Amino acid sequence: MKELAIRRRIIADKSFKAIVVLLSFASILPMFFILFFIITKGISVVDWTFLTHLPKPVGEIGGGISNAIVGTFMLIIISTLFSVPVGVFAGIFLCEYRKGRFPYFVKLAVETLQGIPSIVIGIIAYIWVVLTMGSFSGLSGGASLALMMLPVIITATEETLKLIPDSLREASLALGVSYPRTILKVVIPAGLSGILTGILLGVGRVAGETAPLLFTAFGSPFMNFNILKPINTLPLMIFNYATSPYPEWHTLAWGASFVLVVFVLGLNLFTKVVTRKWKVQF
Amino acid sequence: MESAVLKIENFSAFFGENQVLREINLSIPQNRITAIIGPSGCGKTTLIRCINRMHELIPNVRVSGKISLDHEDIYDTDPIIVRRQIGMVFQKPNPFPMMSIYDNVIAGYQLNGIKLSKVEKDTIVEESLKRAALWNEVKTSLHRKGTFLSGGQQQRLCIARALAMRPTVLLLDEPTSALDPKATSHVEELIVQLKDTVTILLVTHNIGQAARVSDFTAFLYVGELIEFGPTERMFTAPKNKRTEEYLTGKFG
Amino acid sequence: MEKSTDHLSIELPKLHILMDRSTEDFLVRVHKRTMAGWKLGLSESFFRKILYVAGAFVLVILTAIFMSLAITAIPSIGHFGVSFLFGATWDPVRNVFGAFPFVIGTLFVSLLALAISTLFSLPISIFLGEYSREGAISTFIKSVIELLAGIPSVIYGFCGLFLLVPMVRALEIKLNVAPYGVGIFTSSLVLAVMIIPYSASIGREVISLFPSDLKEAAFSLGATRFEVIRKVILPYARSGIFAGILLSLGRALGETMAVTMVIGNSNFIPKGIFSPANTLASVIANEFTEATGQLYLSSLIELGLVLFMVTTVINILGKVIIHRMDMKEK
Repeated sequence: MKELAIRRRIIADKSFKAIVVLLSFASILPMFFILFFIITKGISVVDWTFLTHLPKPVGEIGGGISNAIVGTFMLIIISTLFSVPVGVFAGIFLCEYRKGRFPYFVKLAVETLQGIPSIVIGIIAYIWVVLTMGSFSGLSGGASLALMMLPVIITATEETLKLIPDSLREASLALGVSYPRTILKVVIPAGLSGILTGILLGVGRVAGETAPLLFTAFGSPFMNFNILKPINTLPLMIFNYATSPYPEWHTLAWGASFVLVVFVLGLNLFTKVVTRKWKVQF
Repeated sequence: MESAVLKIENFSAFFGENQVLREINLSIPQNRITAIIGPSGCGKTTLIRCINRMHELIPNVRVSGKISLDHEDIYDTDPIIVRRQIGMVFQKPNPFPMMSIYDNVIAGYQLNGIKLSKVEKDTIVEESLKRAALWNEVKTSLHRKGTFLSGGQQQRLCIARALAMRPTVLLLDEPTSALDPKATSHVEELIVQLKDTVTILLVTHNIGQAARVSDFTAFLYVGELIEFGPTERMFTAPKNKRTEEYLTGKFG
Repeated sequence: MEKSTDHLSIELPKLHILMDRSTEDFLVRVHKRTMAGWKLGLSESFFRKILYVAGAFVLVILTAIFMSLAITAIPSIGHFGVSFLFGATWDPVRNVFGAFPFVIGTLFVSLLALAISTLFSLPISIFLGEYSREGAISTFIKSVIELLAGIPSVIYGFCGLFLLVPMVRALEIKLNVAPYGVGIFTSSLVLAVMIIPYSASIGREVISLFPSDLKEAAFSLGATRFEVIRKVILPYARSGIFAGILLSLGRALGETMAVTMVIGNSNFIPKGIFSPANTLASVIANEFTEATGQLYLSSLIELGLVLFMVTTVINILGKVIIHRMDMKEK
C-alpha cells in the first residue's frame, strides 16, 4: 500500500519536472522563429546598395535604408548627449545621499520614469518640443529618447558607484584632494565601466524604439542631417513599410529588420564583453 | 627637550550623545615616532582621524578643544590644507586601482590639478619610492597597475604616496594589521628610517610593535589619555596601574 | 641627525641608498612652488549644490510630465468628465470620445497575455531557480530570455503580422469565426512572448534565494523535488513571483508597437477574443498624427494620462512588494 503511494509521488515528481522542462524550452521557440524568419527574409535584401541608398517611391523596385540608418545614429547621439550629463550627476547624487526624504522621492521618481509607457513619452515630447517648434523634428525625437534613457543611466551610475569602497574616497581625501575632485577624478573613473555599461544599455533600449517617434521625429523619405526637420529611423521605417499595402516595401522592411536586429543584438554582446573587460577589481 | 610639532589641548570628540574622546592633552614631539596604544574602542583611531579632520566625513560628529600644527590651529584652516600637511596611511592598503604605480605616487599632485614637468614627476616618484623602500622592487614596472603588488608592497606604495606630499606629520592607522609577518617587519623597519624627515604618529593594537618601533608611547583607555612618556620608561616602569595591566595583557 | 658629508643617507638592511643633497633641494623647491600656487579649485558646497540640482531635476521632470498631460487633457476632462472612461463611443467625426472600448481592449489583451506568459515564465523561473541553476543549459536559456527582451517591439509586431496572423486566420476559419487574423487573441500571443522575460527573471531570483538549508531539511524528510517546490519554495516565493507578474503587467499595459500592428484597429467594444480592437496605447499610436481639433487631441492625451497613472500605480506596487521582500531578507 505504502509502495503504491510512493510510486505515485515519484511519478508526480518526474512528470512535474518533465512539464517544467518542456514549457521552459518551449518558450525559447518564438525566439528562434523570429530570428529564423528575419534572417531568411532579410539577408537576401541586404547588400551595399541597400545600405547606402535612399528608399525609392512606391512602385519602383530597389532602394535602400540609408536615411534610416543615419537617422538612427543621429537620434542615438542626441539622446545620449541630453541624458548622460544629467543622468550621471543624478546617479552620483543618489549614491552620495542615501538617507532622507528628498533622495527617497528622487529614487521613486527615477523608478516611475522608468515605467512610463513609451507612447506617453512621445506625447510629452510632442507637447514640449513639437508644439513649441511648430513642426516635427529630430530634436523632439531625440528628446523623447533622452527621457527614456535617463532612468537607465541614473540607475546604472548609482548602482556602480555604490559598489566602490569608501577606502578609495578616504585615500583621496587624506591626500588633501577636495570632495568634488575626489568624486570626479577618483570615484567616477573607478566606476567608469559600470557607467558606460549603463549608457550602452540605454542606447540598446532606445535604438529599437518606435512609439515615441511616431509623432516627434515622424519619419521622412529623404536623407536629412538637420535635426530641426523630421528624421527617419530604422524602427520607424520598419513600422511604416510593414503596415503599408506595398509588397516591395514589405521586402525593404524585412531587410531593415535584419539590420536592426543585428545592430541591437550586436550591441548587447558588445556591452557584455566591454563590461567584463573594463571592470575594475577592488 | 623635544620640540612639539603637534599639540593637542583639551580635545574631546562626540558621536552624537556619545563622548568618544575626553579632554586629551598631548604634545607630539617632532621627528620622533609616537605610538598610540589601547584596547579596541579606546578612541585611538578616532583621535588620529580628528588630527587630519577625516572624522568630518561622518555625520553627527562634534569636537571641542584645540589641535595645532606648528602653532596653527588646524580647525581654523581649510581641512584640505591640513590634509596636505598631515598625511595618512590606512589599515588596509588602498592604492588607486585604476592608476599605475607611478601615477599612484604622484596622485596627490595630479588629482589636485598641480602641473609638474616630467623631470619633476620622475624625481618625486623615484625619491618617494626610495624613501618607502619600494623603488628597487618596482622600478622596472612603474607603469603597471598598483593592484598587482603584494599586500606589503601595496602598503609601502601608500606610504610613498603619502610621503610624496612631503607632509610634516604622518599618521599611520594600524598600518601592518592586514599584512603578513614578513611584510610587517619590512614596514616597521621603514617607519624607523622615516622619522628623520617626518614626525610619525602610529596607532597600533600590537603592543610589541609599539615597543619595537616607537620613541614615545601614549596609552588611551575609554577615550582618556592615561599615560604618555618615552617608550622605554613606559614599558619598564609604567606610572599608572592601568597602563601596567594593559601592557602585561591583563585586558584588551 | 648628523650629516657627515653632502649625502643624506638612509640605511636599510643589505641596501644602502644614497640620496643626493641636490635632489633633496630640488624636491624642496618643487614642493614650495606647488604649495604656493595651490588653488582650492571647485568648491565643495557648489558641487554639492549641483548634485542636489541634478536630483531635483528628475523630480521636476516627472512632475512636469504629469502636469503637461493633465493640463492638455483638461478640454477633454472638462467636456466629458468621469464618464469619459465609460463612454462606449469613439467617433472623431461627431467629436464624441469615450475610452471604454480601449479600456476593455487593454484589459482583455493584457490579462490574456499575462495568463499565457505566466504559463511559461513560471516553469522557467522554477527551472532556472531550482533545477538548473548553473551550467551550459542554464546559461543558454538565460541568454535566450535576455535576447527575447532585447528584440525591439516593432520587430515583434512585424513578425506577428506576417507569421502569426495568417496562422490565426486559418484557425479562425476552422472555428467558423470571422477570419480577421488580427485581433485580441493575436495581440495577446505576441504580447505574452514579449513579457515572459520580466516575470521569468524576477521569479528565478526569488526562487533561487530560497535558503538551501531549509530545502535540505525538507528533502531529508523524504519529500520529492516536486513536493518541496510546491509546498515549501513556492509559498515562500509567492510575493516575489507576484511582484514579477505585476511588473510584467505594467510592461504589457504600456506596450504599443507590437500590439498596434496586430490588433486590428477597431474603435468598437470588442465582442470576443477574436475581435479586432484597440488598446489605450494603440489608438494613440494610430490616430495621434491625424487628430484634428482640440477636443480630439485632448481626448487622446487624456488616454495617455490614464495610461500613465495606471502603469505608475502598478509599477510602484510591484517595486514596493520587492522592497518589502528585500527588507524581510535583512
